[in-house]
Amino acid sequence: MAENQSYVELRGVNKTFQDYQASKDIHFRIEKGKLVALLGPSGSGKTTILRMIAGLETADSGEILIDGRVVNDIPANKRGVGFVFQNYALFRYKTVYDNIAFGLRVNKWEKSKIRARVQEMIELVGLTGLEKRYPNQLSGGQRQRVAFARALAPNPELLLLDVLDEPFAAIDAKVRQELRSWLREMINKVGITSIFVTHDQDEAIEVADDIIITNHGRVEQIGNPVDIYRKPETTFVAEFMGHPTRVEHISRFKGFTGLAPELHAVIRPENVSITRKNEKIRYVISAEDGVVERVLFRGKEAEIWVRIHDILIQGTRKIEEAPIEEGEHVNIFIYRAYVSGEDEKIQIVENEVIAAENPVVI
Amino acid sequence: MTAKKNSGPVKWILIGISAVFLITMLILPLIYVMATAFKDGAASFWKAVSDEYAVKAVLLTLKVTGITLVFNTVFGLAAAWCITRFQFKGKKVISTLIDLPLTVSPIIAGLIYVLTYGRQSILAPYLKAAGIKIIFAVPGIVMATIFVTLPFVSREIIPVLTAQGTDEEEAAALMGAGGWRIFREITFPHIKWALLYGVVLCSARAMGEFGAVSVLSGHLRGKTNTMPLYIELLYQGYDFTGAFAVSALLVLMAVIILVLRSVLEQRGKGENDG
Repeated sequence: MAENQSYVELRGVNKTFQDYQASKDIHFRIEKGKLVALLGPSGSGKTTILRMIAGLETADSGEILIDGRVVNDIPANKRGVGFVFQNYALFRYKTVYDNIAFGLRVNKWEKSKIRARVQEMIELVGLTGLEKRYPNQLSGGQRQRVAFARALAPNPELLLLDVLDEPFAAIDAKVRQELRSWLREMINKVGITSIFVTHDQDEAIEVADDIIITNHGRVEQIGNPVDIYRKPETTFVAEFMGHPTRVEHISRFKGFTGLAPELHAVIRPENVSITRKNEKIRYVISAEDGVVERVLFRGKEAEIWVRIHDILIQGTRKIEEAPIEEGEHVNIFIYRAYVSGEDEKIQIVENEVIAAENPVVI
Repeated sequence: MTAKKNSGPVKWILIGISAVFLITMLILPLIYVMATAFKDGAASFWKAVSDEYAVKAVLLTLKVTGITLVFNTVFGLAAAWCITRFQFKGKKVISTLIDLPLTVSPIIAGLIYVLTYGRQSILAPYLKAAGIKIIFAVPGIVMATIFVTLPFVSREIIPVLTAQGTDEEEAAALMGAGGWRIFREITFPHIKWALLYGVVLCSARAMGEFGAVSVLSGHLRGKTNTMPLYIELLYQGYDFTGAFAVSALLVLMAVIILVLRSVLEQRGKGENDG
């Protein structure tokens, strides 16, 4: 399959549970060796996609291909897929060693080979010395390592991880961060094609080579993290990524007056400049007056909420800059807005003043 | 503080009530059973117990209990498995039906079988032609006992299987393990103690069953008399020493089972903590 780079491919896949359609006409391709995130809110159908690729669910229609082979009718265990379950699903009555060895024994490996492979896996994930422990004698991080080693032991060609989703939300941010860097490092080391599921955009951006965004059972956009973030194609993606503020009737704002009056848009904090009245600014004509309602200290920067045209817009200001107080009148300049058209497609619109200055077509 | 002050008398009153209740309802009668059994000395106890018909009754009871255990263990596992692992219409109905024997009087259970498999049943000619005798024979006794003890095993296992969830089994299946291996290596360790506990309860109940068995057995001495039936027979014949001697034996068997139960329970706890 040298001419065909895609390793995993879904073609027009649909899946319905009773009266709920979990997947609607899913198409995508994943290249060999990539680490891909399925990103979306809860109930967006991302886990269903993962489970269908694994063979834990069957697609109602459409084709699922792994390594150029249609696998719809191939049982889960013959697909060469390793799966890390959401809550690890470790075998509670088996030791770490037996957990990892289970898949190998099922596949009738020779005893000596099993021993060597399990030892190799235990060393890889750094659990040496804990072989005889039971899962309830391990910490959360150690359990994840066992789950990972168990999924990788039979040498799968594809690794599916349901593990980064919801349950981790309960763990504190630092532990979560450590777990994801560890996973990223491990997957790079092994070099296996991997797909993971998450509802956390920061996680997806940080870990994945490519992101597939799902919403209401559909794929909204596919691309690398930079493109997904900077060039959202649909309203959903624009509103999901970053920390945007939704603005009705964007044409009310200076610099966007040329747009149709019914259009709405999202504005991201990083595209908003907030300055004090006595500070010099470059684009005076397009700056508007607003009143600061809230100032939140966020460590490296201050988050500022300004009321303008009856809407609260979020912007940031560096801590080194002159502090702004609540109730103060400030100048606001919006560099860029993500404008939604009728068909929910996003158009990125630069402020007219900037666009006039350097007419670059985006 | 007040709670602590009050707890003294309340505690002792509650303990006192329980003690009086247990003594009048349980301990005193048990002592009386033993005392009566040995009233005429150990020799007559031994004579009553080693009586040809008494031995046959004991053997029949053990046989019926054994068959019932095998059947109900298999059925209990299967029922618990299908109720906790599959979604299907009528699941609630099945779940309720399993409990039916607990609520229906055993005597009715006996009568149901007499009506279904007895001489006036439409099945009777076929059974006769096939040479199968159910009513007033050992198969009838076994059926009645199975009916009465049906819920014990499955009721113990269902909560454990529900709590365990399916993800470990799913993980094993994904790795290619077959159904039998999944059951043996993944599911069984979870339900081991609950299953044994259910089996113990089931056997205790099976040994002592009187009502349903009484209707179906026909009271043929040495043939279809189980221990409880035999005891009743002796009692009706004013053979008090004999009746109480065999009773003592049955009580002893029950006590052994109870001791077994608490040993298993301790073991189970120990393993879960470890």
